[in-house]
Amino acid sequence: MSESTSTPGAVSGEGSGPLLSVRDLTVSFRTAQGPTSVVKNLEFDVPRGGALGIVGESGSGKSMTSLAILGLLPKGGTATGSVRFDGAELIGMSEREKRRVRGDRIAMIFQDPLSSLNPYYKVGTQIAEAYLSHRSGVSRKQARTVAIEAMERVHIRDAARRVDHYPHQFSGGMRQRIMIAMALSMEPDLIIADEPTTALDVTVQAQILDLLDEIRTETGAGLILITHDLAVVSEVTDQIVVMRAGETVERGAVEQVFSDPQADYTRRLLDAVPRIDDAIGVLRTTAITVPDNGRSAR
Amino acid sequence: MIRIVGSRLLGMLVVLFLVTLFTYAIFFLLSADPAVQICGKNCTPERIEQIRLNLGLDQPFWTQFWGYVGGLFTGRTFTVAGAAVECAAPCLGYSFQTSQLVGDMIVQRLPITATIAVGAAVLWLLGGVVAGVLSAVKEGRFLDRFFAGLTLGSMSIPNYVLALALQFIFVVALGWLPFPQAVKFTDDPGQWFLNFILPWVVLAVGYAAVYTRLTRANVIDTLQENFVRTARAKGLQPGLVWRRHALRPALTPIVTIFGMDVAGLLGGAVITETVFGLNGVGKLTADSITANDQPVIMAVTLLSAFFVIIGNMVVDLLYTAIDPRVRTGASA
Repeated sequence: MSESTSTPGAVSGEGSGPLLSVRDLTVSFRTAQGPTSVVKNLEFDVPRGGALGIVGESGSGKSMTSLAILGLLPKGGTATGSVRFDGAELIGMSEREKRRVRGDRIAMIFQDPLSSLNPYYKVGTQIAEAYLSHRSGVSRKQARTVAIEAMERVHIRDAARRVDHYPHQFSGGMRQRIMIAMALSMEPDLIIADEPTTALDVTVQAQILDLLDEIRTETGAGLILITHDLAVVSEVTDQIVVMRAGETVERGAVEQVFSDPQADYTRRLLDAVPRIDDAIGVLRTTAITVPDNGRSAR
Repeated sequence: MIRIVGSRLLGMLVVLFLVTLFTYAIFFLLSADPAVQICGKNCTPERIEQIRLNLGLDQPFWTQFWGYVGGLFTGRTFTVAGAAVECAAPCLGYSFQTSQLVGDMIVQRLPITATIAVGAAVLWLLGGVVAGVLSAVKEGRFLDRFFAGLTLGSMSIPNYVLALALQFIFVVALGWLPFPQAVKFTDDPGQWFLNFILPWVVLAVGYAAVYTRLTRANVIDTLQENFVRTARAKGLQPGLVWRRHALRPALTPIVTIFGMDVAGLLGGAVITETVFGLNGVGKLTADSITANDQPVIMAVTLLSAFFVIIGNMVVDLLYTAIDPRVRTGASA
């Protein structure tokens, strides 16, 4: 996979066009008041080896989008529209086929690394699990080697020993590295990271982002980074989708959206990022009912 | 590990000592004079006095208490009708009403109680966990509601009612089970097994209901866990997701309550044993309370406490083996 560093466009060969193409994606849930859509008519592309950021407040439908791509929506949720991954339509695909894609070709990294790891099993077992499931005829020993290699690639020192440790024996940042190791162990074509740094210290956040960026350039995998933190997006991704209440507010190249936001909401979101030269005690918000609030607070 | 066991054992001794002290004090302060009971109907004050002297009942509380505790560790000798009766350690006392050593009475009955408790435990653990998992899988559907109704019914029906009803249905009306006969396992295993079916079922039903609810709630909770989502996102087969990521964490807490429940039952299943006429520790308890046979009541109380404490310790040790968080937490 490392040869694709120079040509990030040629990850899996076959299909032409974008790695992931989302069209008219709508996610709705059955409620007592009838169906409610939490994601509406979402559209975006992730080019091969490209990185896309999905930004929005909590409740904007970012996480549901990622779960819908993998077909992992919680009970009562349905996704309609089209999600084409490397030419194959994921929506409506059989559970069996989807399982083959999950973990192997599309890997996911979740927000809270402690609760996302099973406390009862060694991290090595949990990393190797996917490998044992997706590759037939591999031994536990091989899977263990894969797990150790993956841990080394995310810069966990002494991986050969740490592979037999349990999640609670790692710090928060290290746990997220384990999650990343788990994701990249299968050399996926696409990594979806859902708020990967939210539960971490600021200093650790930077390390994890650097790591994600490094993995991406090394393996040529596509990346969808879901976050509420604009600074995170600007650092790692080249395309951006801004979501609010399930709707797409704006999308485009990161530089363009940051320098010349078209939507009022994006402007306010950008303005809400605290700056070092702000007066102490002033925190701008993106209050929705007063359209100009973000600016007037200046 | 050794340190945990050591500190546990020490704590266990303290608790046992306190239980002994309080039980002894209660009987010493509250109960009727044993000498009067032993003496019977045609009794003279001189005779009562003589019995009091023989039993050491004229001694102060602490002397009597230490005599009892000493007997537990070194054994003691009772004077019964002028003759000496040796009671080897651990001496649990002498029942003047039945003219037997209390220790012997318990040892005779313990196997029956253990048989009832262990057999029922296997039944309710299997039944409860299976029903609980099925309820969780079919949450909100027919099977879930069916088990919910069944557990409610099982919890509401008193043991003795269920025992009599089942006996009537299966033994008397349908004749599917033979009338209970006193046989040893080694003589006639088939009859022995049939004898115990109803007691096992009756005792297990209430527990099974509790375990069903507990299992169902734990499994449903665990399925909401993020690590289950992670397992699915890894593309694991559903069977593996269930076994490893849903059932293992969901069932681990059940070990705790299971150990305690079995330990509690070893002190005697009073109602079940009495209804089915099984001569176990529970029936002994019931009989000796009716007869106010204090040494026996005292011994059974101690025995129950002993089993509960041991059960507690076993559960703790087991937990360090099955939950890695406890294990490493203790060694750190």
